[in-house]
Parts: sequence; structure tokens; C-alpha cells
Amino acid sequence: MDHAEDKRLQEALEQWGQQCQVQKLPLVESDLGEPVKVVYTPLDTAGRSYLDNIGFPGQYPFTRGVYPAMYRVRPWAMRLYSGFGTAEDTNRRWKFLLEQGNNGVACAFDLPTQAGLDSDDPLAEDEVGRLGVSIDTLADMELLYDHLPLENLISSFNINAPAAVILAMYVALGRKRGLPPEQLGGTLSNDMLCEYVSRGMWVLGVEGALKLTVDIVEFCTRHMPKFYPFNIRGIIMREAGASMVQEAAFAFANALAYIGKTLERGLAIDQFAPRISFFFSTGTQIFEEAARYRAARRLWARLLKERLGARKPASMLFRFTGTVGGSFYRAQEPMNNLIRGAYGLLANILGGAQGMLHPALDEPFAIPTEETARLALRTQQICAYETGVCKTADPLGGSYFVEALTNELEEKIQKVMAEVEAQGGAARAIEAGFMQRAIASEAYRVAQEERDGQRVVVGVNKFVDPGLERPALQVHRHDPAGAQRQVQRLREVRSQRSSAAVQKAMDRIRREADAGQNLIPALVEAVSAYASLGEIMRLLRDTYGAYQEPVVI
Amino acid sequence: MSRRLRILMAKPGLDGHDRGAKVIARTFRDAGMEVIYTGLHQTPEQIVSGALQEGVDVIALSILSGAHLSACRKVMQGLAQKGAEDITVIVGGTILDQDVPELKKMGIAEVFTPGAPLEAGLDFLRGRFPQQPAD
Repeated sequence: MDHAEDKRLQEALEQWGQQCQVQKLPLVESDLGEPVKVVYTPLDTAGRSYLDNIGFPGQYPFTRGVYPAMYRVRPWAMRLYSGFGTAEDTNRRWKFLLEQGNNGVACAFDLPTQAGLDSDDPLAEDEVGRLGVSIDTLADMELLYDHLPLENLISSFNINAPAAVILAMYVALGRKRGLPPEQLGGTLSNDMLCEYVSRGMWVLGVEGALKLTVDIVEFCTRHMPKFYPFNIRGIIMREAGASMVQEAAFAFANALAYIGKTLERGLAIDQFAPRISFFFSTGTQIFEEAARYRAARRLWARLLKERLGARKPASMLFRFTGTVGGSFYRAQEPMNNLIRGAYGLLANILGGAQGMLHPALDEPFAIPTEETARLALRTQQICAYETGVCKTADPLGGSYFVEALTNELEEKIQKVMAEVEAQGGAARAIEAGFMQRAIASEAYRVAQEERDGQRVVVGVNKFVDPGLERPALQVHRHDPAGAQRQVQRLREVRSQRSSAAVQKAMDRIRREADAGQNLIPALVEAVSAYASLGEIMRLLRDTYGAYQEPVVI
Repeated sequence: MSRRLRILMAKPGLDGHDRGAKVIARTFRDAGMEVIYTGLHQTPEQIVSGALQEGVDVIALSILSGAHLSACRKVMQGLAQKGAEDITVIVGGTILDQDVPELKKMGIAEVFTPGAPLEAGLDFLRGRFPQQPAD
């Protein structure tokens, strides 16, 4: 647009504003507390080159999407986060979900497994199989995948502290079925830093944990070309209260920490960056969330190309799985969560998500039942096949509002990333409690806004029907008998395995850890001898040191 | 003026979801109460001994894993063993309505289930300790 046209538009806009008395209209703020204009025009995106900043889907800087055709060829991958009880229970649920049309599994592990504890550990009591599946040894992994084809199934493992052990078990399981690691596909979250920030599933101190993170990345880069060795979890921090900007900025800062350590190991950026993916949480603010994902793609692409010297376009892609965080759901009138979920899903899809883990409506109370899990999948299928949202790439691109929001969010994310860098990078910022404190403050701010009614939540602080009784939902209940079976199986495995083989493998882990070698091959030997996850994590903790939490309110 | 109410905010067990614990801790603190937060992964024994050491009036437990029945039972038993039944124990988290009577029977003074307003805990403590200095 030329200068004269800009000037004409500016004058016309001012005239319109006066005629319509725009200044008398109520002020409106974005989710981040920034003023939102009554209307946006080409002036809001003036002076920026379309080709340099927006471009085409599948082309740098990827603002409009990571692939040229986006959903025209096929919709996003639809997954449900699923796992509970014993390996047999979860295997049954997975078979049910696959029959319903899910095209992969996203494994939820119970808290003891995530915390690196065996099911017979005193600290694990009453938690075994409660929030996910319990995995002690390779014997559980064998049952988890019973009659499921490893070669065609995309598995996503939400596991961080013991990620290396779970990877070793998956490799060992493949070998038992005659499949080399080269043929195994899937994703491992392997994002330890987010646990220190937000969810507390830590075992080792930061440096030891980062060593294992890079072992995984190196092993997968060399031997598992179909496997994604990390999936950076903004969601964990968002659910703890991070704003949409903090989520992106902290996740990128954490990713940069992993990249830095991997480069130090001697891998080139283009060898492993194409395997980096993200998992972000999305609220119901459709335009801001979609714009954030557009901003995130552009920012990530520029970081990789300009700062890290990536040459391959595949290295520059911000690929993400989206979800609607459970923290956006409410216990009051729980059926309303189905609607919140659908709008949040739309925000993810307009934002260009590669996959979705859609939450079930009973998320505020328990893990899903078969019925609510089915509704979560149907929500996605209706969005994909009945709304027309898949017909063109980046349908919001070119909206003056969304382009202006995209620019604003990109700047905000960069600003928070600079704050982390001023702390000495992600690892130091976390050890100092910087990210934890920022997130706690944001969570408190949002809670106060909701209390004061500034942030509307229907049925909670507006349009409340005091006559409504909370419906008695049929929720999933934990079965303590499963935990007993799990402990029993662990004892049987221990009594039947060769102690000498376990001892030999454990000695090898200790020796190779001391020598600074990549531990994955030694871990594969250990799990193949049926050493347990808890035994291995204890050994690693003794070798690398435990984490001390900086307690922050 | 009476001394400020002292509260131990505790996260028992492996559950690391501490958003609620931290938000509620701030509402207590902003209301002029003294809050000691334990951090994550506390055993019931650690919570009981922490409460005694700090001389608190209230233990506020936050549990989002669903393991609230066993965790609360152990904390209440631990307090009874130390003769510290006078400490008020409250709990919040992903607790189903049908579990509330059992928690109350154990001696938990109040239970905050999903959807409880931000200041429900604060209002409860103000009612229970009316001599609290105003903020």
C-alpha cells in the first residue's frame, strides 16, 4: 500500500471514529490485559512485508502453517491421553480407542512411574495405577502392547524423569518382536525442565537430568529415525497458571537449553532439530490463541535459522500437538466443558495444530470414562468433517486483527524469553525459582480476576443458577485391586529374573555413567534383564545427585 | 492484639500439581495470615512433624491425585499419635462430593471440592478463628 493510500485511510478512520463516537464505547482488553481496538485496518499491519513476515504455508517463516496443504490432505492426528491401572487395563482401553478411530495412543503413566518409583515403594502407596498405567518392568510393557502392532502404531509417551528407561523398554520390546529401533515410531516427551517448573515429577538434579535428555536425543538421532526424542511441554506450565505468552516463552527457553546441550555433544543442529516438537495448551480465546501459534511458528523458525544456523527447513518448524487445558474446564455444570472444549479445539485448529489430545468433559473430577472419552473424540471428528475448517490453510491469515495480534504476541514472547536469558538461561532461571514465581503470580492474578467477575466464566461467576444441583457424574473410580496385582507381578518378575544378569547390567550403567558415556544401550541391557524402573532410577540418582526444590509461593 | 494465624500448606504424596496450593497460600497470606509452604512430595510424617515444629494452628492439605482418603487418614492418625488433635486440618483438591462425609468423619474440619470459590478456605478460617486480626 502506498503512502497516499495510508494517509487517506488514516483520515477516513479518524472521521469514522468521530462519527461513531468510538471513544465512548467501553474499553475491551485482551486475555493479556492489552487494549483491543474497536476495529482493525490495514494500518495495523502497515510497513511489514507480506513475503518476509507471513508468506505461504510450508515456507519460511511458516507463519501460515508448517505444511503447504495443512488439513486438506488429512486432518490433524486425533489422540486421547489414556492410561490407568495395570498394563492389561490400559491395553484394553487402547484397543477400544483404536476401534473408535483414534490413530495412535498417548500413554499416561501413573505418578509412581513418572517419579521413578516401583509400585512397591512406600511412597507409591495408593497411587499405583491411579492416574495412569503403572510400569515397573519390561514385563508390563509386553502386556501393554499385547496384540498391538508396534510397527504401525504411533505411541506418544508422556514421561520425563525416567524417559530414558521407558525408551529402553520400548527398544527392548521391539527387539523381542524382531523389530530394530530403526523401525519404531513414536514420541517421548523427555522434557525435564518443565517438571522442575511446574509438575514436580523430578528425580535427578538439573544437570544429571539434562545429561540423560541428551543421551536420548543422541541415541534417537543415530538409531531411531522415526522417533521424536522430545516433545516440549508448554502445557505443564500453562496448566500451572502460565499465561499464553509465558507458556510459549518458557517452553522455547527450555527447548533452547536442550538444543545447547545437544550441540555441545557434537550433533549438528540439522541432525536433530527436525525431530523437535511441542505440546501446548489452549484456552477459549479463539483469536488470541490462534495468533499465538502463528507468532510461535514465525519466532521459532527465525530462532532456528538466524540464531542457530539451521539450513534445513524441517529444522525450523514449530510443530505442535494442542489440547484444551483441563484448567479451563470447571466443575460447575460440567456439561458446559464440552462446549469450552469445542471452542478451544477450534482455536488450536485455526492455529494450525498437527495433533490434538482433546480432554474429556469430566477432567475436573477424574480421568475419563469410555463415554466421555468417546465424546472428546467425536468433538474432534465433527470439527474436522462437518465445519469446513480443513478446507484451506490458515483461514485467519490476512485478518487485520489476527495479523496485528500475531505481531503483538511475537514481541511479548520475545520479551519474556529475554528475561529468562538475563537469568542465565532456562536451567539457571529454574534453579533460582524465576519461572515458578512468575507462573504462581499469573495464576493468582487470574484467580482474582475470576473471583471479581472481570474474567467471565459462565455458570461460575455469571449466569449462575443457584437452583442447579451438581449432577452425580458417572466418573472413573480407581481400583485398588489392580495395584495389588501390579505389586504381585513385580515380585514375580524379581523372583524369576537372573540376578546375575541384572547385577551385570547395573554395574555397566554405573561404569558408563562414571565414564560419561551415552547410557541408552546399557539401559536397554538392564531392562531386557528385567531390572525395574525404580531400581534403575535409584542407581542414577545415587550417581548424578537428587534435586532440591526451591520452595516458592 | 492476638497473634497471626499460622498455617502449614502441604502437598502430601507424589502429586505435583501445586497451582491450587500456591494460589490459596497467597489468599491466606494477603489476608494477614502466616503461611509456611512445605513444597512437594511430603510424607504424612513430614507434614505432622513440620506442623508441630512450626507450631501451626492449621494444616491445609492440597491433593489433586485422587488419593485424598488415604493421605488424610495418615495425617490425622499422625496428629492423634502426637496428641495434636487441636490443629485444624482442611483439605482441597479434586475430591468428589461422595468422599466428603468420610473425610469429615476422620476429623477433617472442612473439605473444598472442585469449583469452590477462591476465598472459601479463607472465609472458613475466619469463621473458625474469629479472634484473627483484620487485614
